[in-house]
Amino acid sequence: MQLSVWTYEGPPHVGAMRVVTAMRGVHYVLHAPQGDTYADLLFTMIERRRERPPVTYTTFQARDLGGDTAGLFKTAATEAYERFKPELLVVGASCTAELIQDDPGGLGKTLGLPVPVVPLELSAYQHKENWGAGETFYRLVRACVPPPASPPARAGPRRRCNVLGPTALGFRHRDDVKELEGLLARLQVTVNVMAPLGASPRDLARLGDADFNVVLYPEIAAPAATWLAKAFGQVNVTTVPIGVGATQDFIREVAALAEVDPSPLLGQGQSRLPWYSSSIDSTYLTGKRVFVFGDGTHALAAARVAVEELGFTLVGLGTYSREQARAVRSAAERYGVPALVTEDHLEVEELMTKLQPELVLGTQMERHIAKRLGVPCAVISAPVHVQDFPARYSPQVGFEGANVLFDTWVHPLMMGLEEHLLHMFRDDFEFQDSPSHLGAAPPAKAAPLPAAPLPAAPLPAKADSPHDLWSDEARSELQKIPFFVRGRARRNTEQFAKDRGLHHITLETLYDAKAHFQR
Amino acid sequence: MTAVPKLQVLHERGQHEVFCGLTGIMWLHRKIQDAFFLIVGSRTCAHLMQSAAGVMIFAEPRFATAILEEKDLAGLSDANEELDKAAARLLARRPDIKLLFLVGSCPSEVIKLDLSRAALRLSAAHAPNVKVLSYSGSGIETTFTQGEDNCLAALVPELPAEEPGASRSLLVVGTLPDIVEDQLQRTFEALGIAATFFPPRRSRALPPVGPHTRVLLAQPYLAETARRLEERGAQRLKAPFPLGVEGTTQWFAAAASEFGVTHEKLAAVVTPLAERARIALEPSRQRLSGKRVFFFPDSQLEVPLARFLSRELGMHLVEVGTPFLHQELLSAELELLPGVSLSEGQDVERQLGRCRAAKPDLVVCGMGLCNPLEVEGFTTKWSIELVFSPVQGFEQAGDLAALFARPLARRALLQVNACS
Repeated sequence: MQLSVWTYEGPPHVGAMRVVTAMRGVHYVLHAPQGDTYADLLFTMIERRRERPPVTYTTFQARDLGGDTAGLFKTAATEAYERFKPELLVVGASCTAELIQDDPGGLGKTLGLPVPVVPLELSAYQHKENWGAGETFYRLVRACVPPPASPPARAGPRRRCNVLGPTALGFRHRDDVKELEGLLARLQVTVNVMAPLGASPRDLARLGDADFNVVLYPEIAAPAATWLAKAFGQVNVTTVPIGVGATQDFIREVAALAEVDPSPLLGQGQSRLPWYSSSIDSTYLTGKRVFVFGDGTHALAAARVAVEELGFTLVGLGTYSREQARAVRSAAERYGVPALVTEDHLEVEELMTKLQPELVLGTQMERHIAKRLGVPCAVISAPVHVQDFPARYSPQVGFEGANVLFDTWVHPLMMGLEEHLLHMFRDDFEFQDSPSHLGAAPPAKAAPLPAAPLPAAPLPAKADSPHDLWSDEARSELQKIPFFVRGRARRNTEQFAKDRGLHHITLETLYDAKAHFQR
Repeated sequence: MTAVPKLQVLHERGQHEVFCGLTGIMWLHRKIQDAFFLIVGSRTCAHLMQSAAGVMIFAEPRFATAILEEKDLAGLSDANEELDKAAARLLARRPDIKLLFLVGSCPSEVIKLDLSRAALRLSAAHAPNVKVLSYSGSGIETTFTQGEDNCLAALVPELPAEEPGASRSLLVVGTLPDIVEDQLQRTFEALGIAATFFPPRRSRALPPVGPHTRVLLAQPYLAETARRLEERGAQRLKAPFPLGVEGTTQWFAAAASEFGVTHEKLAAVVTPLAERARIALEPSRQRLSGKRVFFFPDSQLEVPLARFLSRELGMHLVEVGTPFLHQELLSAELELLPGVSLSEGQDVERQLGRCRAAKPDLVVCGMGLCNPLEVEGFTTKWSIELVFSPVQGFEQAGDLAALFARPLARRALLQVNACS
């Protein structure tokens, strides 16, 4: 039994819904109790899709349990077929329906429908959303793609690819695929099938025609891509083109397969990130302490961009994707930082509090934690929120994606010149100690105080320093430090004093500590 | 008791597009400020809670899910042990908690995990600091607001008995936002009626109940709670619900009549409030009058809301869908609303068909349906907002009307077409 307040991933049948909702011509009949229909609002409210997801729920109740829930399922499936006339029907159970063991797969086969019925077994008590999406996509591929007797022989340039992985409710999948298609077109590569997003079962049947696969989101695409590579002798391109460096690696990899010259795409001016990052205003980004947490794909990509393209210092790297734990651990080792693989956001909060980053690149969950800690944050990964579906074009992959990363990560930070001016004018009596772009209230005070003790308000009031740790002189000096580093200065100084058994912080202690923690 | 006239109701049994009772925790945990709600359920339950919250709540909320895993399903003794550990961890982290609800879910009920016994066991283990109770919020047992009904019903046995020889007292039952509760309390004080509210804001401040208690329901979905209060001797007053000017006036009048308040005094207290509320209704009335409204089932508030829209704002009721129709609790409402097309339960596809055919001016429905209907050209009102917002009483009547008027006002404002 796992105690959980917020979860990074939904149950596996929500993963299945993300796949079928992304596709055309597929309908999902889900054996599930009343209430599980809440999942529709993820798609209609959060993603603002224009149609309801193609899902029929049996919504059984307690009074049905003694009776014929299997009959209820058969009726629901038959009526769903009649109403929606899909090319293919997916059938499965949510967590509760798994327990009543009606076997939707077996029942689905007995209905005699004129379309394929694909059963899903998602083991809701073991697995989660991304696994469910990956498994569903794999099952659909296996059901739709006739395996060849032997892998076809391939010769010459490989210029037809599949793009695998984008789904409904994916973090920026909508814009990523557009950016990626542009990139592939410039490499003279045509997209054979993009799936699941926008594909029909008939499209899936053509997956074998491609020369190679772009495994865009391995959490979802890896099981299907692995099988396709084996069955059809396709190459899997697994570099995820997020960030300038990774995009260039991707271009080289694809260009080698397609036998085209990558150099026009590798020259300067493709993305503004390298120049913006070199320009003098970005000097202040140097060595900013960054904590990264997200799904495996986005966390790994963010770590690389943070270190190699923005000159940040990575202080911690983590993921909730168990499937990519190994990759994240080995990356963390390479960067010499602690790796955190967990689904418990309280553990993430604990590590973030300890590491005292100056910028957090995380999910909506880390955004809330960062808000409490008064640390700037940019969101890089699912779980998605209504804000993660912006009206504007906002990809993560490719060169435009790199531009987006630069803007989204740097804007929460103090602008270089602005930071300099704050230092210059902090003693001016007219100086307002709150930055224009972070809203009217200082962030540390904006959120209600959480239950767990956390580093509190920026300035040590007498009330929360019961032993009168701070001398008046030191406290008033602390007040002169800009608010956005004051919390850290305070924590560092108190830690410094504690480590040395000092019961009183004087002006000297403050500056001793500053020297001690100076990078 | 007056006989309820026989109603024509369309009963439907198909796909229900409604929340389960767990969702009630969203407002219950804000109301009872020292209570914690521990759902014993699956990842789906946890995911529902954070999705239904819409935007994730900033502070650590007073609810959590103990997520059942494979090994918990293998043996119930292990599941009980695991549950005890989870509760202990939670209470160690939150020493401010005085009341812990173990909330049953679909999976915990299907595997027959006995939460009432677990609650007894945990109560003994954590006494006297924490009281542990249990109720079901599962989708197989409850629809949306029935979760609150079950929660309050579980609290009823904990209410102390009246003192012997206690004088007649009024108990207002059903969760209301604090601001609404304070307004209603001031009016009761002006009428000279001693009223207490249930649930209380602090779990230890439970009101007494007994034969001298008169119950006035503030919410229409509290059938089981009302039944248990009646078992303890309390008498329920027949009244419509305090939604709109008319409903609120009659709600106070029911209490006044029971407590011997003179007509003059009632009028002196209530008339100025009602006059002010009518002024606040007027702008919305102008927009809504003559418009046709269609309710999908959601919170069981549909009948009182329809009565308000029809009688005070001049709207035409196309269909009023509700998950359950408690004709006895709603008798005063139904007397005000004769001849309406009611449906109970749901077959969402068929109901959508009726809605499309009727082409109402405003559709009141859940979040899963709103945007797709907007795309089809309908104007919709998000029904969950009617449960989460302060809407009861005189001072909120104008706000309540505005919630229905706003979608129409917005559609009239926008000069760009979203539906092409």
